[in-house]
Amino acid sequence: MRAFSYSRAESVADALKGVVGHGETKVVAGGTNLLDLMKADVMRPTRLVDITRLPLNRIEETAEGGLRLGALVTNADTAHDERVRSRYPMLSRAILAGASAQLRNMATNGGNLLQRTRCYYFYDTGTPCNKREPGSGCGAIGGVNRIHAILGASEHCIATHPSDMCVALAALAAEIRVTGPRGERTIPFEAFHRLPGDAPQIDTNLAPDEIVTAIDLPARGFAAHSTYLKVRDRQSYAFALVSVAAALEIEDGKVTAARLALGGVAHKPWRDQAAEEALVGRPADAGSFAVAAEAVLRDARGFGHNDFKIDLARRAILRALQDAAASETP
Amino acid sequence: MIAKPAIPDVLREPGPGIGKPLSRVDGPLKVTGQARYAAEFNVPGLVHGYIVSSTITKGRITRIDTAAALRRPGVLHVFTHENRPHVAWFDRKWKDEDAPSGSPFRPLYDDRIVHAMQPVALVVAETFEAAREGARLVQVEYEAEPHETDLAARRHEAFTPGKEKGGFEPPPKPRGDPDRALAEAAVKVDVEYVQPTEHHNPMEMHGSTVVYNDDGTLTVHDKTQGAPNSHSWVCSVFGLSKSAVRVISPFVGGAFGSGLRPQHQLFMAVMAALQLKRSVRVELSRPQMFTFGHRPPTIQRVALGAAPDGTLQAMIHEAVQESSQFENYVEIVVNWSGQQYRCDNVRLDYKLARLDVFTPLDMRAPGAATGVPAIEMAMDELAHALRMDPVELRLRNYTDRDPNQDKPFSSKELRACFAQGAERFGWSRRNPQPRSMREGRQLIGWGVASGVWDAMQGQADARATLGIDGHLVVASATADIGTGTYTVMSQIAAGTLGLPIGNVTFKLGDSALPMAPIEGGSWTVSSVGSAVLAACERVRGRLYKLAAKMEGAPLGKAKPADMVLTDGHVALAADPARRVPIAEVMRSGGVLAIEEEARSVPYYVKRAQHTLATHSAVFAEVRVDEDLGTVQVSRIVSAVAAGRIINPKTAGSQVMGGVVMGIGMALEEETFMDHGLGRYMNHDLAEYHVPVNADIGSIDVIFVDEHDEVVNPLGAKGVGEIGIVGVPAAIANAVFHATGVRVRELPITLDKVLAGLSRRSAA
Repeated sequence: MRAFSYSRAESVADALKGVVGHGETKVVAGGTNLLDLMKADVMRPTRLVDITRLPLNRIEETAEGGLRLGALVTNADTAHDERVRSRYPMLSRAILAGASAQLRNMATNGGNLLQRTRCYYFYDTGTPCNKREPGSGCGAIGGVNRIHAILGASEHCIATHPSDMCVALAALAAEIRVTGPRGERTIPFEAFHRLPGDAPQIDTNLAPDEIVTAIDLPARGFAAHSTYLKVRDRQSYAFALVSVAAALEIEDGKVTAARLALGGVAHKPWRDQAAEEALVGRPADAGSFAVAAEAVLRDARGFGHNDFKIDLARRAILRALQDAAASETP
Repeated sequence: MIAKPAIPDVLREPGPGIGKPLSRVDGPLKVTGQARYAAEFNVPGLVHGYIVSSTITKGRITRIDTAAALRRPGVLHVFTHENRPHVAWFDRKWKDEDAPSGSPFRPLYDDRIVHAMQPVALVVAETFEAAREGARLVQVEYEAEPHETDLAARRHEAFTPGKEKGGFEPPPKPRGDPDRALAEAAVKVDVEYVQPTEHHNPMEMHGSTVVYNDDGTLTVHDKTQGAPNSHSWVCSVFGLSKSAVRVISPFVGGAFGSGLRPQHQLFMAVMAALQLKRSVRVELSRPQMFTFGHRPPTIQRVALGAAPDGTLQAMIHEAVQESSQFENYVEIVVNWSGQQYRCDNVRLDYKLARLDVFTPLDMRAPGAATGVPAIEMAMDELAHALRMDPVELRLRNYTDRDPNQDKPFSSKELRACFAQGAERFGWSRRNPQPRSMREGRQLIGWGVASGVWDAMQGQADARATLGIDGHLVVASATADIGTGTYTVMSQIAAGTLGLPIGNVTFKLGDSALPMAPIEGGSWTVSSVGSAVLAACERVRGRLYKLAAKMEGAPLGKAKPADMVLTDGHVALAADPARRVPIAEVMRSGGVLAIEEEARSVPYYVKRAQHTLATHSAVFAEVRVDEDLGTVQVSRIVSAVAAGRIINPKTAGSQVMGGVVMGIGMALEEETFMDHGLGRYMNHDLAEYHVPVNADIGSIDVIFVDEHDEVVNPLGAKGVGEIGIVGVPAAIANAVFHATGVRVRELPITLDKVLAGLSRRSAA
């Protein structure tokens, strides 16, 4: 761990001032990921700005009938919030599928968006990793890659995004509210995380001088027919090999709206809008769901140890859509 | 001077309290945080060391630059192979109680790199943070050489090891003509099983706090399974007199074998303390916990041939196991197969392959947890091929003599384990057909396997001191690695002297106490418990003599043989109402304390005439998700025969812990090696999976009555290992029963189940 300076921001403006012009500054809230990465010498900020005192810790109704989740609300408080549970049960389930109770009590919503990959090579400074040290190579390609991406990977990086919460947020088409020296802006969830391409060191489209202030959930929560299915190597405290956020609206046995996002398969939560649209108008049955699964995975590619994920993802999509279609209440 | 043992060859009557389910006497200290562990001892002026790990797997260091690290404020010194102090030269000086043959690893000895993440420097600083940052600033350049870490690549260059290590028994000579018998057998299986590298991963990471005393002596707080082992190793490696070092280790936060050999942190902390004349702490990081030993990966072939009635006619069990380039780590993998079943045509073969890894290290039930799952999965495959109940097949080939040694077992209640386990589990309701039980999308399967482990005993000493206040202090240098040593030793002592358990203090984990061997192999109750019994019996004998001589003869003309100790009194065995308080006996004899030390030694002659082992029958129920391949173990019944159980609660917890670890072995645990880099990649607890609470269903432990007069005067065999041995195969067999898919490569992760399910539906 390297020496760093620490300051506490008392307001959003204060926080932005702290961040601006300091390339190696990071904001810290729950710290559940950043501090570990600093100890492992993977992330090396010279300054930390503690934003835990900022007034971003509420869940509020939006004018559009949705919910605004403050960036500093903890994952636990979000998952257990009665409005979230009843109107966005898929999100609540996804959050509770992640990490452990202790971590969820510390981790914040903003931090969850910004958590970094769990790739072994990213964490081990004794190995090559383009995300950690651009240009050093990707250890996972040709190495141990059981947990790696099958969609959207590049020759530079096959890491996955580890979040569960974000998979549900992708399916819900949430929006990320950010603020920075150029003012406030809203980033559609789809556009927040990036694919690795030739710059895997950059995880998101959040500018270095911006901070996340809130996550806006649209009014439509798919409460009647949705689920979050997480498939992993043990029942708790393991990252998803494949996870699926599946949400449907069904009328007279036909799909009228569909949302489908996958976790554990790509550098970002993987939402496939083409597959969603193809479901609309079709019967809510296994046949339609299998077609959707094939569509999502048409370009999937394994790297050896993770080849099984393609078949697993197909099975998980099918199962999740069936569960969603069957569910009436979470 | 320790008196020679005067242990008659009889099993002692259990004293009161023996066999009672007592809660841990050290429990309150642990749950309130008062129990202090090796890296928690603080002294003024303590400085901190952090180990720099190599980034290559094999080769040499060409340059090591410590200037930047030394410039970092707070950094005091950087030790490397270029500036380390003098240490021992002969290999034998680096041997410890658990060392196999070969040349033990020597940290910072020279420029050679022989395994990934080898320690190459130690940075010592005023604070832990400064030391860790200093470690990052040490610049090391290497000349890498090609390495090989893949067992499959070296399996055909394997060699047959010799004796290599105390406690290791090479496989017996072949019996009959197994190849021909296999060829001619009516029903056969001939399959290969693969087991991965596993790491111990105790919760507490290895740490040593070395206190540099004013007189230049060292008090070493070490995480170890044997304070005397660390003590003699430190003295030998650094050329110190025995009195210049004391090793203390009262609490150990789990070990599973990882503390059987002195580890890097001990060497580093002692070296730095001696050189800097300061107190020093060194603790390994979690990734560094993957750098000093592991359960070795193993490839096994098991071939079984049987007559249509299930009688075994041929057995071939061959194992190739990983070892390092510098030591011949060995464990008993294949012998168990020939010991468990009656068969006239048997070949057991065990080989080692040298790879560029650190030497493997005993991990819970070393060898048995590898070999027994292979034979027990193969027996299940054979039962299926025979269309025979797997319990019945095992009973058909049951043996009351050890065929390997042609000796009787000292006791073997495995039949009762099967019977009682099956009854509790409901085995008779099992439909033998795979895929015959389901609940929705969950396929349910029932499996069974047996387990076996040695009932070993070593030589140990104990001292018992009874004060006139009725308080008894018993001491032995043994360890309690969470197993319950404090508790059961207190019970044995209290039982022998008829005292309430609250009057007994047991001291352990201190090299200054009477000698005890490393705690491992399930032999601590047997070894140290026998010494505690012997020491307390001596105290009791002294009390009886004093009582017989008491003025006024309150016990009449009773001789010691007529007396008993009960409830803090010396009483007449024939008339317990006639009794005298212990304090009065001591006062009358003019003593304030009675102190006795005793050494227990195994019954060598009787032991040599028998095979001594613990046994178990394990029944497992699994639920396999048909779509996703995930496996959940919903129920385990483990019936164990381990002689007399001193404390069914702590022993039950040990077996339960073994079951949990067995579930991990069956379904989750595996250290992934990047063979290109020669480096373990999932070296943290996020990615090295051990079971979590949510993975564990019901675990039911049964102790079967077993009477044994050979094992030791307590009649107790020890239960540290037996809990894990049968579990992986029982689960693997249950997965087959649930799905019809046989996974022969542990752990049984969902990808392997799915592959099998896909193959099955394609067929």
